[in-house]
Amino acid sequence: MSMTKLIVKNAFRHTLRVLLTIVGISVAVVAFGMLRTVVTAWNSGVAASSPNRLIVRQAVSFIFPLPYAYKEKIAGIPGVSTVSWLNWFGGTYIDKDQFFARQGCDPETLLSLYPEYKLTSTEISAFKTDRSACIVGIETAKRYGLKIGDIMNMEGDIYPGSWQFTVKGIYTPRSKTDDATQMFFHWEYLNERMKQDDPTRADQVGYYVVKINDPSRSAEISLKIDQLFKNSAAETKTETEGQFQQGFVSSSGAIIGAINIMSYLIIGIILLVLCNTMIMTSRERTREYAVLKSLGFTGGHLFAFIAGEALTISMLGAGIGIALLIPIVQGFESFLPRGWFPVFIIETSTYILAGSSALIVGVIAAIIPLYRALTMKIVDGLRFTG
Amino acid sequence: MSALISISHLTKTYKREKQEITVLKDLSIDIEQGDFVALMGPSGSGKTTLLNIIAGIDRPTQGEVMIAGTNIGVLTETELAKWRSRHIGFIFQFYNLIPVLTAFENVELPLMLTPLSKSERRRQVELALSVVGLADRMDHYPRQLSGGQEQRVAIARAIASDPDIFVADEPTGDLDRVSAEEILTLLERLNKEFGKTIVMVTHDPSAANRARIIHHLEKGDLIPQGQS
Repeated sequence: MSMTKLIVKNAFRHTLRVLLTIVGISVAVVAFGMLRTVVTAWNSGVAASSPNRLIVRQAVSFIFPLPYAYKEKIAGIPGVSTVSWLNWFGGTYIDKDQFFARQGCDPETLLSLYPEYKLTSTEISAFKTDRSACIVGIETAKRYGLKIGDIMNMEGDIYPGSWQFTVKGIYTPRSKTDDATQMFFHWEYLNERMKQDDPTRADQVGYYVVKINDPSRSAEISLKIDQLFKNSAAETKTETEGQFQQGFVSSSGAIIGAINIMSYLIIGIILLVLCNTMIMTSRERTREYAVLKSLGFTGGHLFAFIAGEALTISMLGAGIGIALLIPIVQGFESFLPRGWFPVFIIETSTYILAGSSALIVGVIAAIIPLYRALTMKIVDGLRFTG
Repeated sequence: MSALISISHLTKTYKREKQEITVLKDLSIDIEQGDFVALMGPSGSGKTTLLNIIAGIDRPTQGEVMIAGTNIGVLTETELAKWRSRHIGFIFQFYNLIPVLTAFENVELPLMLTPLSKSERRRQVELALSVVGLADRMDHYPRQLSGGQEQRVAIARAIASDPDIFVADEPTGDLDRVSAEEILTLLERLNKEFGKTIVMVTHDPSAANRARIIHHLEKGDLIPQGQS
């Protein structure tokens, strides 16, 4: 018989109690993982942002456009290497429930600013040469069964009318945390149409994306851009892409904060569940610990028995919880409206946090029973009747 | 030749709330190697306390307890634990077997503290269980055994690591007459055939009569009664 066998036999002494504890820990780990995944999804834009990209938007609100003419002026600022621009399109594809980001872009500069979107050279040149061309992320392509050459018909809302785009490329993201759901088309295509249908809205862009050579100069360059357009009809607000994304997230900051707090409260619940089990278990076994001590088992042995038992239970619970987390998160995602979270994945850090929390909880849950076992006099333990 | 167990001027006091209770008063006793000693006396006379001190699971307040040349009163808890594992075999009134372990595993428990290999441990356990006549019950759990069988497993656990001294606290107190006789016969065998030193606490005069020496304790004092 090994110590491990003894620990496992002891851990499963009260099968129902220990199974309920393991189930409790598993459920808590699933809940923890789910909440962490939601928080991660919420913050994915911030996480995926690049430090050498600045976003220049209208100072009053993001929904107001900026003149196309700003492009050259921004490009002239020292430290700026590339200027690109995007225009939120909105619109309806199939029906109003089908959401994914659709933006007009400058095909010549887009991919140099967003190297995380991978396309073949054939797809890139096909996208650049056809004014009605678009590229879509692989997730969106899979979702709608889109292939190269397919036509996407859209009904405009911000830009009214019927629109047709030809899929010329399907991009794959560089990593799992990059958004693989977006659709980009030629801003020029949109602008030409505006010149005909509503000239007052022509030659305007949603926001500029500015690539800078040195991320440490982002504050200085942002200030220069904003000073350039001070007192103009369309003043700008320039910030790093991270700050820009944070702006969206911080509007929901209280909710995210609450979710974060809840996720850590769940770890507290795991701790209480396991502590309760371990304290009950060790109290029932007071006499056995006294017998073990009388046989010559030392404090180190008791530590191994008690901590080993607590860790066996907590790690089994965590293991089952983590194994269940993957299908449950996938199931949960399928219930969410499509496109709510472009990136909805369980991050490695969530697994590590769940696992290490279970480990820490296992050790903490062993402290009280261990203290009692170590400080208990053998003669008192042998007299213990429960 | 010096005694295996030599206790001189042993005093043991307990503090209960603010009151100090003296359980053993300036007690001195020598027990030779190979003795079978019964400690008798009324409740509260200090016999179990004396047994616990000899076994190294309680400490003297004053006095010296020399066992096999070691003053156990000065050992640290860890040293004392190691000393117990080498020198003492315990037989308790309520057997104190681990319920989730089989008879084999219960007997193997003290051997986990030895450097013996798995096969050596197995041999030792099988030998101990055959000595107590339970070789055919080694895969049984304590709940599947009678009280007498449980106590025999406990004795097998005590003899498995081949200690010098057996301490038995009311070993027949929870058994019927037939089982009690079996256990006492087993203890006699351990003493006579294997030369083991046994110190037994009992209320039962017929159990005490199996011992070679009977000591009576009263109010913490030792009253030698004679040899059987």
